This record gives sequence, C-alpha cells and structure tokens, in this order.
Amino acid sequence: MASNTIYVEAINQAIIEEMERDENVFIMGEDIRRSVYGATAGLLDQFGEGRVLDTPLSENGFFGAAIGASLVGMRPIVETLTSFMWVAMDQLVSQAAKMRYMFGGQASLPVVYRATMFYGGGSAAHHSDRSYPMFMNMPGFKILVPATPRDAKGLLKTAIRDNDPCIVFEDGTLGGASGDVEEGEAALVPFGVADVPLTGSDVTVVAIAGAVPMALRAAEELEEDGISVEVIDPRTLVPLDKAAILESVAKTGRLVIADPAHKVCSAASEIASIVSQEGFWDLQAPIIKVAAEQVHIPYTPVLERLVYPSSEKIADAVRDTLED
Amino acid sequence: MENISKEKLVQMLERMWLIRHFEVRVMEVHAAGEFTGAAHPYIGEEAVAVGACAALEDTDYIAGNHRSHGHPLAKGGSVKRAMAELYGRVDGYCKGKGGSMHLADFSIGILGESGIVASSVPVATGAALAAKIKGEDFVSMVFFGDGASNQGACHESMNLAALWKLPVIFLCENNQFAVTTSYHDSVSVEHISDRAAAYDMPGVLVDGQDAIAMYEATREAVARGRAGEGPTLIEALTYRYEEHSLGLGRVRRGEYRTQDQIDEWRERDPIDVLERTLTSQGILTQEECDAISKAKEAEVEEAVEFARNSPYPEPEELFEDMWADPIPAP
Repeated sequence: MASNTIYVEAINQAIIEEMERDENVFIMGEDIRRSVYGATAGLLDQFGEGRVLDTPLSENGFFGAAIGASLVGMRPIVETLTSFMWVAMDQLVSQAAKMRYMFGGQASLPVVYRATMFYGGGSAAHHSDRSYPMFMNMPGFKILVPATPRDAKGLLKTAIRDNDPCIVFEDGTLGGASGDVEEGEAALVPFGVADVPLTGSDVTVVAIAGAVPMALRAAEELEEDGISVEVIDPRTLVPLDKAAILESVAKTGRLVIADPAHKVCSAASEIASIVSQEGFWDLQAPIIKVAAEQVHIPYTPVLERLVYPSSEKIADAVRDTLED
Repeated sequence: MENISKEKLVQMLERMWLIRHFEVRVMEVHAAGEFTGAAHPYIGEEAVAVGACAALEDTDYIAGNHRSHGHPLAKGGSVKRAMAELYGRVDGYCKGKGGSMHLADFSIGILGESGIVASSVPVATGAALAAKIKGEDFVSMVFFGDGASNQGACHESMNLAALWKLPVIFLCENNQFAVTTSYHDSVSVEHISDRAAAYDMPGVLVDGQDAIAMYEATREAVARGRAGEGPTLIEALTYRYEEHSLGLGRVRRGEYRTQDQIDEWRERDPIDVLERTLTSQGILTQEECDAISKAKEAEVEEAVEFARNSPYPEPEELFEDMWADPIPAP
C-alpha cells in the first residue's frame, strides 16, 4: 500500500496499471501527451504515440470514435472535462448509452469517459459543471463519483475492465486530496458498494463526491455537540447501493443528502425518493437535501461559494432534522 | 469490369433484386398495418450499397443511417432476421428492440444503422481507429446522406480520419433530398465530394445508379485504406423514388420535386442499368435476370412468412440487453 497518494496521482496509477495489463487499453483526449491536468503524466514515454492519442478539439468526433473502437475489441479511455461533454452529447446519448439495448445485446462498449468536474474555483458557468444527474436520467451509463484517492484509482480500474460505458466524474476540488491506495488487483473497488467513512447513530448523511469531506468536517463539529453522524459515500450512482443507505436510515431515522450538483432532478432527489418510498416508516424527520442552488455558477467567489453545499450547511441541516 | 468475376456480378444483381423486393413488400405490409413505425425505402438507391459492399470482406465493418434496409442486405445480412425485426419479433436482428432503423449484425461486420443523421460517422471512424492501433488491415465504411454531410459529426470524423490516416470509406449517398430540401439548397459546394479537398483526402464522384462503377470506386478506396493511405470520400449520385419515410406523403403539404424528375431518374434505374450491362456482355440472359428477380421475390415472401410466425418478445425481455456486465435495476 502506498500512503499519501494524491487523487490525481491515483488516477494516473490506475491508467498505467491497466495499460500495462491489457494492450487493448488506450487513451485519447486533448493535450494528454503533455498531461495538462496531471492524470496522464508519463504515459507517452511509457506507451508511445500509438496508445496515447492527442485529439483535435472535436469531442463529438473522438467520443464517437472511442465508441467505434470499443465495438471492435479495444478498451478506450477518453479524458475530458464535464463541460465539454455537452459538445459530444449525440455520441454519448444516441450511441454509447443506447447501442447495446437497441441492437438486442449484440454490442459491447467497454469505453470509459473520465470527466473532471472543475468547480468552486472561479471558472464560471461554462467550466463548472457537475453533470452526473443528467446522465443518471439516461439508462445505459455506469456512473462513478470517487471521493478519495483509493476510490479514484479503484473505480477507474474496475471501469476499464467493465464491458459497459462508464463515466467517471472526477472531482476537481479533490485533486490534491491525499490518502492510501493499493496496487494491482488489491486496488480494485467494486461498483454498487457504498463506503461508510464514519459510523454514527443519530443522523445519516449521504454525501457525493466533493461533499464527502464536507460531511466529515460537519460530523466532527457536530460530535462536539454530542450529535453522532453516520456518513455514507455511495461511490457509484449507477449502480446505487440503496441497501446501505436504507440500512443506515433504519438505524438513525434521519437523512441529509449532500450533493454538489444542481438540486432539481438530482442524485440527491433520487436518493430522497428511494428512502421516502422504501424507508418511509424508518424516518423520524423530513429528509433534507443540501445540494447546489438552482442557478448558474457565478464567477465572483463571493457568490459562487453560496451555490454549493458546505460543511456549515450540512451541519445546519443535520441539526434541523433533530429539531422537534 | 473485365476484372470482376461473373460470380460477383451475379451476386450484385441478386442483392439488388433482394433489396428491391424487400422494400416493395415492406411498403405493402406496412400499408396493410402489419407493423407500425417509421421505415425509409431504399428503392432506387440499390446500386450504391450493393456495389460498395461488394468491395468489402465479412471482416470489414459498415455502419449506416435511417435509410437502413439496403446496407445490411447488401453486406449479406439475413433477410429473414431483417424482416422479423421490422415486425418487432424475437427472431429479428435486435429481438424487436431496434426496428427498421437499427438493423445490425455484428457477426458479419454490420455495426448498425442509426436513426440520428450522421451519428454513425464517428462510430465507423472509431472502428477504423481500432484497425490502426491493432495493426490489422480491416476497413470501415459508413453510409450517410447529403443531409448528413452538413453535420459537424461528419466533418470532425473526416478530419480525424485524414489526420490519423484511418482506413475509412465515407460513402455519401446523395439522393438529392434531405426529406424535402434539395442538396442544392443546403450544401455550399457543387459536389459533396469536393469537400474532401478540405481534409486532404481523395474525393470521388460516382454514378450511384451504376453498381459496377460503385464497386470499382469502393475497391480503390478499400485498397488505399488497407495500405495505410487513409480515408476516401465517395459521393454516389443517386435518387430516392419514394417518400422520405413511409406515410409521410399523407401529411406533407407542398411539392418538392416533379414527376418529370422522378421519371427521368427511373429511366436509369440501377437494376436496369446492371441488367443491360450483364446481358449486353453476354454474362447473363434476360431470362436469367428475370429468374433472379423471381427467386429473390420468393425469398422475401418467405421472410415475410417467417416474420409473421415469429413470436413477439415476452414482457421479461424488456429488461434484458441493457448491460454486458449486469447491475441491479434501480
């Protein structure tokens, strides 16, 4: 086990290990040979131009080319930013998501889209998307939201070996977060198994991606007031480990959902819906969503910081669920 | 045509007749209400797919568009499974989940037809990318229309393919109209093939009513692809005899073409053109050509019976085929 590996290095390790393991794995994206975002450092030297492709700025073209390559035996990894996925929506939705079902199961699409979410840093509305709920609404994608270096590495490795289209939403706010990671087979993290980074008994906080460390900070603060919080990190939204969430709510009776994406028709909405349908009799208080406000991301930091969940907002919500 | 085997020429005529009878019968049974949904007849354009696919091997790939019956049949797809798919039955190519616009047969390189215009162009480009990365010599061909030639997906793919020298054949079926809009009103150049110059690849204008011309142009493009010399854009000039899609004539208001124009193109019907060539060269007699037509008509009729007798899928089938590595339903 390597300790103190940062999130972006963990992603880099996953790519290298899987490209070493399987020669059908290749990676394509914009400016990846010079690793402008850090995750593709060293790939060109180790694997050469044939498997490390710098693409033109043609997302619809090369997102689709990855699909075509995956249909005939390759396992492409595409690096992109969430905000550029809009440009490629036809290939993502009309082809990647639908092909297998539409063709009666003939197609397998082992393609991974790694989409970094840069938000919270003054990038304004065009570069701050946390778009996973939109893809949850479209059947056909496995959707991964790693919140730690261990999961960033392990989920990506599993995604590369998976035979369906996977989108890894890598959280840019966690790019520098550090933690322990495993190597090789031990690093694999299964889909559909939530992590419970903190156990507690009074309130369940389901936190997604960058909201996980916020929830942990809130829990620390609440601990001082004698409030015991259980934090659940689903790690994958499709498939979603609803059993872990329902089990926790059965214990605590209270649920707060912290989600950096827009709150309408969100992952948080879906989790709230599941718990209100399947865990209703366990609830002792209304469910509270702490998700991004339904506005565009403003540039100026004094406004931007108001949009997202924060440890303060999460702590307030937890206290609210405990009020009589 | 002296270097084309008799066997191949006969097969081309067979496949053209197969497609013609398939489409005529589809129009009849659709009108009779035997199945619903959109379907886009390929009648008049048979020489394009048949000539082009005659230059491919089973190990080569094709992808297509909404005018979707001719391409798989031209590449040797099963007429029974294609017809059963239109009928929405379990023996259809996609077990009834795809329908007319999504015929596919991965076992012989048919990567599927696509209902969104130009959407399969990047996909086919990616299959060719795989050939390059693997160092194999298969090629990939994508059929798209004059309308699709204006989509960004087309241009992005052509740039990628030319840049990376990918073995793709971009086969533009210029059937003159995108629904009702003439390509003269939507394309900025005289010929769509002229656009190849922008990507530094060969652009070839071919008589799409002439299956042999299509075969020869495609054979050359395939050879370039296999030799690592990159993509080719072929523009096949052809004509759609029928409405854009079945039933559209009932709702459309306003004419977009004249009967004279349709008649003029029918005078160069692609099947007549090939039969005239084969009979004048003494390769087949007209009686032999007529026998081929009859045999293909019977094959289509058998397919209709097969489709009618194939069961509809069971309700449980709704949830099958979502995933290669299944996950629990939400």
